[in-house]
Amino acid sequence: MGKRTAIVGFGQTFQKSARKDVNGVELINEAVTTALADAGLSIRDIDAIVIGNMDHFEGVNYVDMWSAEGSGAVMKPVMKVTTGGTTGSTVATCAYYHVASGMVDKVLAIGWEKNSESDTTGAIITAFNPIWERPNIGGAIAGLALEASVYMANYGITERDGARVTVRERLHALNNPYAHLHQDWMKGKPINKLVDLTVSSEQNKMLASPLRMSDMCPRTDGAAAVVFASEDVAEKIAPIPAWVHATANRHNYVFIGDVDMEQNTTLASASKKVFEKARIKEPLKEIDVCELYLPYSYAGLKWIEDIGFCGYGEGPKLLWDGVTDMDGELPINPSGGVMSSNPIGATGLIRVGEAALQIMGRAGDRQVKKDVNFALTTGFGGCFWADVMLLGKEKPL
Amino acid sequence: MERIAVVGVGQTNYERSKEDTFEDMVFEAATKAISDAGGEIGDIDNIVTVSNDFWDGRTISSMAIQDAAGSWGKDISTVEGDGTFGALYGMMRILSGSFDTTLVVSHIKGSEGVMNLITNAMFDPIYQRSLGIDATSSAALQARSYMEMSGAREEDFALVSVKNHGNAFNNPYAQLPMKISLGDVMASRKISEPLKLLDCSPISDGAAAIILANERGIKRFKKAPAWIQGVGHCADSFNLGYRDLARSRALKGASLKAYQMAGIADPLREIDVMELYDAYSYMELMWYEGLGLAPEGKGASLIRAGVTAMDGELPVNPSGGVLSSHPVLVAGLARLIEATLQVRGEAGRRQINGAKKALAHGINGPCGQAHCVFIISV
Repeated sequence: MGKRTAIVGFGQTFQKSARKDVNGVELINEAVTTALADAGLSIRDIDAIVIGNMDHFEGVNYVDMWSAEGSGAVMKPVMKVTTGGTTGSTVATCAYYHVASGMVDKVLAIGWEKNSESDTTGAIITAFNPIWERPNIGGAIAGLALEASVYMANYGITERDGARVTVRERLHALNNPYAHLHQDWMKGKPINKLVDLTVSSEQNKMLASPLRMSDMCPRTDGAAAVVFASEDVAEKIAPIPAWVHATANRHNYVFIGDVDMEQNTTLASASKKVFEKARIKEPLKEIDVCELYLPYSYAGLKWIEDIGFCGYGEGPKLLWDGVTDMDGELPINPSGGVMSSNPIGATGLIRVGEAALQIMGRAGDRQVKKDVNFALTTGFGGCFWADVMLLGKEKPL
Repeated sequence: MERIAVVGVGQTNYERSKEDTFEDMVFEAATKAISDAGGEIGDIDNIVTVSNDFWDGRTISSMAIQDAAGSWGKDISTVEGDGTFGALYGMMRILSGSFDTTLVVSHIKGSEGVMNLITNAMFDPIYQRSLGIDATSSAALQARSYMEMSGAREEDFALVSVKNHGNAFNNPYAQLPMKISLGDVMASRKISEPLKLLDCSPISDGAAAIILANERGIKRFKKAPAWIQGVGHCADSFNLGYRDLARSRALKGASLKAYQMAGIADPLREIDVMELYDAYSYMELMWYEGLGLAPEGKGASLIRAGVTAMDGELPVNPSGGVLSSHPVLVAGLARLIEATLQVRGEAGRRQINGAKKALAHGINGPCGQAHCVFIISV
């Protein structure tokens, strides 16, 4: 049996639309030194490194090799994993398996992206089949617009419901100094008013019907690093380590036209597996806070149904009842989430790092005002892919 | 620590240009590995694929081959690097206690890319790329640096090419079996001083797959397990100028760890056969030294004395090595497959008689920046 594994340190850069003051290696180094300082460790204490990003955004091949001087990988074991949007969560999962294997004790997980150096949609389009898909559909937005259309038609969902998610994420981001989008004008205004302003704004351009600018995540420069440690050392490094209780993922692939737009089946299946492993029976009651990879507004309604927090079509009720706000029963994305910062290769890892902070009780102004025993994180990417990781305060059995 | 075995292996033929798609090749390799193990896809608990967005010309290069790897409804991840690193991750995922079996599959179509541009993109975008540096021209710098340090000559490098291309005749999967002389190598066209055409590995298409299992997992299969006794990986600095290009301290680090795990004190005597990542002829001599088979600067003495020939004390690359087929990302996994076949006694005409313990080696990055070493035995 493997080793129990915990998160003992987290560091992230301030997320910005363009970090022109640093190159990629320096950006990585910023996250690494912050995470090491957070854990009270030096790079000499680290046994192995896992790193990930999406190659075509920066146009650098073999990033694990290229970044060695910034990541600290010189004369250390280093491995690169990459799976598109899920890269950050894939990095976290890989670091977890490194430690759980018993082969190493302390692993540094790094995710990063400099989207300002990329043509994001130009790069993402090449993920799709060159003959059948690239000329018709592809890029980050098209598939999501299809999903949103189906969801709206099936359950009578409105633009206001979508905007309710955006408003939550952007309000939460105001508490997070690291978030990319700080929409200070939103401060102190009632939620209904903010939703009305969002849907009625003439500046809120249509991108791909029904998705407008306000429905989408930004493109961000940023990096994150998380230190994973085995049960032999975790409690010596961190007073309250955030233990990994379960992880599962599904990266099923079909042509985009064959994706089940009614249900996010990968997220449903991976969540089910994680809850089964961690013996969670009533997710809404048992999970205390979530950091979910919600790249666009309607995901904040539909995907929480797929995870099993409520029945299909019931997502909007949870949102409008305030259940997922900071003071609700299940706060979702206290950090402001992906809708407020999206350095793609780091995004999934930031979810894990932020969830760990909530468990450790060290999330500052964005700390939820309740005891956090379980925190759920997800990653999204590829062809409607899902990575799910559950963190907890108690050491797993 | 629980023991992990290789229970199934599969490779496509390696060719200059295949008509098969990525999916076709992955499906072929994965299917062969499963059938070699004597199991079925339902026996596979989780999957690790290996691919690279630059080589595939496709963002999220793992996406197109997920169905071909049989991953529907299963946990899966993707390593971007040599296949040996994928195998190591596959092994870790079992050791974590989450799975009993892993399928690791890697693919490449070198024929669909431009090697010079793809490997030029490994280098610093501001200071180095505009010089036109790529995998081969950086390797030439390393070869020259190694010659300066060791006194090895171009003729010594040529001996590696003669040996490995000759060995490839015994390997039905190899792309370039060639009966060539030292003179042929010396007379071949200059590619990048001091490297000539026959010092360089070819561009190849192909895929390879292995199945890993723990003691519980091997019971699902019919094939006798080949146990992983040791593994180690390590990276050097990125900037070529920060490295001593003539000495591979990263390989020393990786191999020492693997030897320690496997309880090996004298690799030359204790290991029966090796499969090394000889992307260029000179590399094999440098890797001898990094692996502790010869003192620093004395790698050439092994090839001159025939120690690493098929009938030598420690045959290296009976398969023909990477010089005879270079499916990038796949090549290290192919080394592990060849090592497995050797210790199983199933290597056909390239079998080293009585091979019990074998070493497989993979590299990543320019001039062998990172290394991964596996020791395997039955």
